[in-house]
Amino acid sequence: MIIRILGEGQFRLDDSLVQKINKIDNQIVDHVSKGKKTEYVQDLANLISTIKELAEPVDPVEILPSDIIIPPSDLSFEEARKVFCDEGLIKG
Amino acid sequence: MGFLDRMSTVVQAKMNKIMDRIEDPRETLDVSYEKQLQLLQNVKRGVAEVATSKKRLDLQKAKLQLNLDKLDGQAREALQAGREDLARRALENKASIQAQMATLDQQIADLAEQQRKLMEAESRLATKVEAFRTKKETIKAQYSAADAQVKITESVTGISEEMADVGMAVQRAEEKTENMRARSAALDELLESGTLTDYSGGDDLDRELAKVKAQSSVNDMLAKMKEEMKK
Repeated sequence: MIIRILGEGQFRLDDSLVQKINKIDNQIVDHVSKGKKTEYVQDLANLISTIKELAEPVDPVEILPSDIIIPPSDLSFEEARKVFCDEGLIKG
Repeated sequence: MGFLDRMSTVVQAKMNKIMDRIEDPRETLDVSYEKQLQLLQNVKRGVAEVATSKKRLDLQKAKLQLNLDKLDGQAREALQAGREDLARRALENKASIQAQMATLDQQIADLAEQQRKLMEAESRLATKVEAFRTKKETIKAQYSAADAQVKITESVTGISEEMADVGMAVQRAEEKTENMRARSAALDELLESGTLTDYSGGDDLDRELAKVKAQSSVNDMLAKMKEEMKK
């Protein structure tokens, strides 16, 4: 499975580890919907460090589409909210 | 829908825009390559812009440091002349400049990190663009082969995702530097007008606490200064 962390390139992760990623993903949804800012920041950092720990970086020479897209590590709580409001991350 | 699915939608929308309106598959390859080269130029500009912003903040920090030294000297002079009220005023200004300096340090560190990431993105993209160029010529040569179409779609999709990613990174960096520029201009104005006691940001409680903290640090500085002058 190919994962892209926005701003940091692609990583190759064993399919069996997807559960782990999904779990943190669900937590993030929960934090954003409940307005829990501190928890959101913690879990986003946790998500990114988990991937970096478990996955291998993809050689930039390879041109591959990703299966999962991870937001950039500095995505603020307000920006995350916008992603949910269908406004997208960046206008246009 | 999960958060990451939403992120994919955001990136997909960007990719669609990049891959827009191409009919002839062969043309797809060339148009995409052109866009990649353009984007590489944009990233280079983005890196330069972040570097310039960082330099501007470094200069501002040096200016604040000069102000600090000056206020320190003024506070001492005022104390020597027996004007504790003036000394207190100078030290109040000093305390707020110190607070601004801490914010500035954080911003400088943020920009340095941003610059590092963009430079890495630039190097990744450059490698991919070069790989794409080679691949594109191979695919073109084999175009009559039945699987050429699949290969085109694959590589164009793959590179478009990279382009969407890098494009967003550049845009976010630009937004950030723009914000910092505005804040830095505001700080310059405050410095010039001499009204640096700006406890902006945060709620009422934050502001009150900041005031209390500044007041106690002024008292500490004043006491320390008096102590030193006794020696």
